[in-house]
Amino acid sequence: MAKSKLDLLQGTLDLMVLQTLVSMGPQHGYGIARRIEQVSGNEVLLNQGTIYASLVRLQERGWISAEWGTSDNNRKAKFYAITKKGGKQLAEDAVQWQRLCDVMGRVLAMQGEHK
Amino acid sequence: MTWLKLLLQRLRASFSHPQIDQELDMEMASHLEIAIEENLKQGMSVEEARRQASVRFGGVEQAKQQHREARGFLWLDVLSQDLRYTFRALRRDPGFAAIAILILSFGIGANVAVFSVVNTILLRPLPFRDPQQLVWITGLPGKGGLSSQTYSTDAYKAFLSQQRSFQDVTGYFAFSTSDNTRLMGRGEPLLLSGILVNGNFFQTLGVQPILGRLFRPEECQKNAAPVTLLGYAFWKREFGGDPDIVGKAVNFDGRSVTIVGVVPETFDFGSVFSPGSKIDTYGPAILDDMEDWGNTLALIGRLKPGVSIGQAQAEADLLFPRLLFSFKHPDWGGNYTGKLSILKDYVSGKLRRSLIVLWCAVGLILLIVCVNLSNLMLARAAARGKEFAMRSALGAGRGRLVRQLLTESIVLSAIGALLGLGLACGLTFYLAHQGSIALPLLSSVTLDGSALVWTLLITIATAMIFGLVPGLKMSRSNLQEALKDSGQGLSEGKKHETLRAALVISELSLACVLLVGAGLLLHSFLRVLDVDLGFEPSRTAAIKVDFDDSKPERRGAVLRDMLQRILAVPGIEATGVADNLPLDMNRSWGLSAKGKEYKPGELPATFVYVVTPGYLNVMGIRMLAGRDISWQDETGKERVVIINQTAARYLWPGEDPVGRMALVSGMDTRVIGVVADVRESSAETAPGWQMYLPVMQNGPVGARLVVRTKLSPNVLASSVMATLRSINPAQPATEFRPMQNIVDHSVSPRRFFVSLVGIFAVLGLVLASLGIYGVISYSVTRQTQEIGIRMALGATVANVQLRVIAKTLRLALIGIVLGAVASFAMARAITSLLFAVQPNDPPTFTSTILLLTTVAIVAGYVPARRASRINPMIALRND
Repeated sequence: MAKSKLDLLQGTLDLMVLQTLVSMGPQHGYGIARRIEQVSGNEVLLNQGTIYASLVRLQERGWISAEWGTSDNNRKAKFYAITKKGGKQLAEDAVQWQRLCDVMGRVLAMQGEHK
Repeated sequence: MTWLKLLLQRLRASFSHPQIDQELDMEMASHLEIAIEENLKQGMSVEEARRQASVRFGGVEQAKQQHREARGFLWLDVLSQDLRYTFRALRRDPGFAAIAILILSFGIGANVAVFSVVNTILLRPLPFRDPQQLVWITGLPGKGGLSSQTYSTDAYKAFLSQQRSFQDVTGYFAFSTSDNTRLMGRGEPLLLSGILVNGNFFQTLGVQPILGRLFRPEECQKNAAPVTLLGYAFWKREFGGDPDIVGKAVNFDGRSVTIVGVVPETFDFGSVFSPGSKIDTYGPAILDDMEDWGNTLALIGRLKPGVSIGQAQAEADLLFPRLLFSFKHPDWGGNYTGKLSILKDYVSGKLRRSLIVLWCAVGLILLIVCVNLSNLMLARAAARGKEFAMRSALGAGRGRLVRQLLTESIVLSAIGALLGLGLACGLTFYLAHQGSIALPLLSSVTLDGSALVWTLLITIATAMIFGLVPGLKMSRSNLQEALKDSGQGLSEGKKHETLRAALVISELSLACVLLVGAGLLLHSFLRVLDVDLGFEPSRTAAIKVDFDDSKPERRGAVLRDMLQRILAVPGIEATGVADNLPLDMNRSWGLSAKGKEYKPGELPATFVYVVTPGYLNVMGIRMLAGRDISWQDETGKERVVIINQTAARYLWPGEDPVGRMALVSGMDTRVIGVVADVRESSAETAPGWQMYLPVMQNGPVGARLVVRTKLSPNVLASSVMATLRSINPAQPATEFRPMQNIVDHSVSPRRFFVSLVGIFAVLGLVLASLGIYGVISYSVTRQTQEIGIRMALGATVANVQLRVIAKTLRLALIGIVLGAVASFAMARAITSLLFAVQPNDPPTFTSTILLLTTVAIVAGYVPARRASRINPMIALRND
């Protein structure tokens, strides 16, 4: 497997799924996986199958809901949508992530000045 | 609420997974179809589109597994899977399973049983209300026995009214002997053990009767109508647990006594205050009647809330020296001290160290068991290396493999623990019914809730230790190497070998520590048995006799007649009577040389035995000078006394005491003889001052007939009893008690600890030898090929054997050296438990080292023989 691609940190996939659902509305597993690949510019490598563990986890926590429906090309597929609770969670997590990124950025920048 | 919903969801997930799996399958299928469709749109060929979709998707099985893990009670699934697998694996190797379970059940059973004993005697509070408030009050426990530890009724009354630290102070008559009451009017007279307790005794301890009521104050007054409380066991045994017993009258010694209540089963006076004895009935101590009895009350106080024992002690230090022995004789003073200790410490404090040693010993056993099983598991794991490599290649994570091994060890542990519990159950039942062991509270030893919790704890801990070590070791091993490895490689993992060697070494050192400990205790015990008791317990037996003592001036004639008639019984060689026997009850009076001045408190109280002529002879107490008491030392004639050597040396140093005048309880008495010291309190404590006074001139407390005979006391019992009945028809049926029993009773706590520690040491030795045998035997098996090559190249049988034995010895010696060093430290820690044995006792250390070396050589020789019989041809072809 290509080494240059990013390994996903624990929990990041869940956040990506939530954000994807917010931006795209209800979507099936394949759609979500594709979207994440596209948005990341194929930087993130995920076995698409992995998405289902994330989906069931989110579902159990009540952050997303699921329903069988029909896809654009008339295929039966399970569609996932974000719940109110999921939205709240996403907002919180996003802030957390932003803060972490800022801090990491600053820390790494500091190291750079010394070189 | 959320977690509850989650839990329900997960539960549902875990129970209905076929549907969920099906749904997931459908979802994944549609995923792939959509992906393929899109790929086709992008212009891929059908095959390429399908391939790309599935590459992108990744492993379907992995995704499913992740899904399952994420969604629910996966551990339940995994657990049941692991369990099923474990049982299958164990069934495949029943020999291993049986040995492991057997070893575990011994280790765990011994631990649980000992824990129950420790818990009952040491950890559990006494079965009284707020037991931490209860305080034992005693005089300085110096020489002088019970009389110097107890108080007169006047001293008690004065202390009770003056003290401010206690809610209440109570006491009991400390000189009750066993079998001191006759139950009459119900067929043959039956001997009971009754005890007199102060009126507030049960209230102070916080014991409520299960039937009836406690004593009323008016029942403790002079001339009150006699009443009694029945002990639970006695009520069950003699009255069949009659629920209407309260208010009924029974005949004790010819007096009609009203039963007012029954004390609960949990209250066992004997087991707390006088280990090894049973109390059947409780009567109120009528203090006004006991004024002239001297020091008779053992005192127990209940502290007021918020008063510390230190504060109470400070008060006692002020009050006790001022207490009077008797209000009627203020000039006699009192010379009292009061040392307070928490009742629990008094009851079990002396045993703390022994019990902790016992606890450590079983702990060591459990450690050896763990080490042994680690070894077994490791050997097994090595044999299963390929299986694990295969499972790992098929996608089992390292965690999963470790978990598998842990499940196995937990299952083994659990089965072992169940068997062990049965073992412990039997053992505690056995111990609880050993009435003859003088250990407090032993009769209430049972497997209770805390013992079960303890079992659970040690079971899990054991499983963790012996499952985790090989588990981690295993899962770290290289997958590919293991798959390639043919199983009989020439160079089996060096690391494996080292770990196994380390295990054997630690096992041997643990066993060494156990053996040295047991050896030191055993040696001490033998020394105790070897102690010169000052009398001959063999071939003598004692029986409590009843005689008509209504006219003290006739006492001599009555007893003389009795002794003559008993002597006429065939088989009886010598007879004598004493009121107290050595190593049994005791009392003490004052003894001093007349005409000499002594500082107050300078002289110890002197143990007093009121005896007939012939008693010293029948007991085998050696006369050193002077003469025995004779029947001519009558009432009204000059008072005479025989003293022991220790008293003689102090009172008349460098002089001949015979013929001197002494003061016995303030009365002029002529010393007529000196006898050898007798161990009166215990075989282990140096004798105090002792004196023997004639029954004709002094009041005995009861009478014990001692006979010497070549026959067994049981054979004689009926003819002796018939003779006694012909003299006194009211003589109740009692048993002959061989003097040896009294001695055994006195050394029973030490015997108890020695036998337990000894058993554990043997168990440890067996386990350790199994361990070393297992390791050597295993390594021989692994090296079959190597040995085959060596033999093909000309190595002789002796050569091969020597190599194996040398290897065994190397391991054993390292273990023994480490163990010996640890043993030195351990021995110093248990110095206070040793008797006349130094902690570095050379015989113990030498024999332990020899024993372990021998065991190691034998354990090594068996595989060595097998190694030397290897046929090079077969060994090389093998594989």
